[in-house]
Amino acid sequence: MLIRRAPDIGSSEITDHTLYVNRRSFMIGAAAFALAPSVSASAATPQGQPLAAKRNPAFAVDDPPTKFESVTTYNNFYEFGVNKEDPARLAHTLKPRPWTVQVEGHIKRPKTYDIDELMKLASLEERVYRLRCVEGWSMVIPWIGYPLNALIKRVEPTSQAKFVEFTTLHDPEQFPGQRPAFFSFSGLDWPYVEGLRMDEALHPLTLLTFGLYGQLLPNQNGAPVRVVVPWKYGFKSAKSLVRIRFVSDQPKTAWEKAAPQEYGFYSNVNPQVDHPRWSQATERRIGEFRRRPTLMFNGYADQVGSMYTGLDLKKYY
Amino acid sequence: MTRRVRIILKTLVWGVALSPLALLAYRFFTDSMGANPISYATNLLGDTTLRLLLSTLSMTPLRVLFGISWPISLRRLLGLFAFFYASLHFSVWIAVDHFFDWRAMGADIVKRPYVTVGMTALTLLVPLAATSTTRMVKRLGARNWQRLHMLVYVIGVLGVLHYLWLAKKGVNDPYWYAIWLSVVLSIRLWDWARRLVNKRQQVVKPSDRVTAARYHSMEA
Repeated sequence: MLIRRAPDIGSSEITDHTLYVNRRSFMIGAAAFALAPSVSASAATPQGQPLAAKRNPAFAVDDPPTKFESVTTYNNFYEFGVNKEDPARLAHTLKPRPWTVQVEGHIKRPKTYDIDELMKLASLEERVYRLRCVEGWSMVIPWIGYPLNALIKRVEPTSQAKFVEFTTLHDPEQFPGQRPAFFSFSGLDWPYVEGLRMDEALHPLTLLTFGLYGQLLPNQNGAPVRVVVPWKYGFKSAKSLVRIRFVSDQPKTAWEKAAPQEYGFYSNVNPQVDHPRWSQATERRIGEFRRRPTLMFNGYADQVGSMYTGLDLKKYY
Repeated sequence: MTRRVRIILKTLVWGVALSPLALLAYRFFTDSMGANPISYATNLLGDTTLRLLLSTLSMTPLRVLFGISWPISLRRLLGLFAFFYASLHFSVWIAVDHFFDWRAMGADIVKRPYVTVGMTALTLLVPLAATSTTRMVKRLGARNWQRLHMLVYVIGVLGVLHYLWLAKKGVNDPYWYAIWLSVVLSIRLWDWARRLVNKRQQVVKPSDRVTAARYHSMEA
């Protein structure tokens, strides 16, 4: 079969390539964008706006990063549709600017942030993380963002803040997947809600993310802002956020509501705890032929394992 | 139906039934199977299997509803194509998806209901494919043959369950297959009940009884 292994690119090449390729076209693209704000579908894929960030070498992955094309065309983003190709195909319907994010709840400094202000709250860095989907496939992605804890410290949570709840934009105009479905019993309740325990949200690995591969997040990857929680299954990393709320009770998340016996609040990557319908012991890295063993906490056990000592991971899946 | 029409119909079935394989080959050689080629191939072959299987099951209802006999002459061909695609689907699972990891596959068959029913459906298809020739119909006797081939309804149910149980929430294709299956099964049930009533009333004419042997004699 013609399944190519990703070439062994030095990690130093990742960002530079896309930046380099897009640098010139960006000026033309920006001009075209200003003249015609409704971007064509074809523009949804590669031509992004460069986003400068310094690589943080502390967050690297030994394996080569997944091809940009795969990262931006093979997505689970139900707001656009349930098929992997839907988000890239329909991405142009989302307008990531202007955009605001409400930060509220049990905090001393609630505020509605403009996306550009939010982006400048802390210095952006590039981190290469593994991403493991609950369906059994995985990628390696160079994200750009800053630790969520930088925002959390700024808004000063009170002692009542025990969990952080993330809400995705609910707008069927921009998200065709949110329009009423024929089989209404199937599918998710909108808006998409996700959540983390306070210590998880504060963990240095939890990244408030604005870009990938050296550019602003493509719409299909959760523009303009999302979280990335690399030791949990991908659906925990909520996309296109409009609200971050600090709450005292554990949030009821979208997938928990849809199928509580299959998707728990924690959803930590765990090869020993199977999904009720399939094994989680192995995964297929996109671009590779053979399955590879899934790592405990997606390979981040050293960093995050201590948060779960004493917790029955089979019960709190 | 003339011989000429039959040949045209069968040629059409060959063309339609082979087109997904042609698409797969095209995508393979042009390296355009997407980011997850294995999943693409598995899904395409599985989808095609279900479509062909349900098409096979739809031929008799077509005759019942519209009183036309030509669909029956396509039944064997469609059924064999369904078996063909099911085998390809299964081969990809063994040789590509799991790369001959027998232990993992064995565990899946035992532990995952969707794999269990899928495996069962494929296993049950084997004797049907093996006895699909006119010679086998004669050897078994029309009655036995027909009884054996009632299994195709079980296979249809298992095939639809296989997809229903593996699909994630929000994916609606399995529901469409389930609706298709219920429609053809309902027509068969209704027809069966109608025949039973007719039989009781002794109004059934011998010519209404169409045996398996006759179905196949219409083909050739």
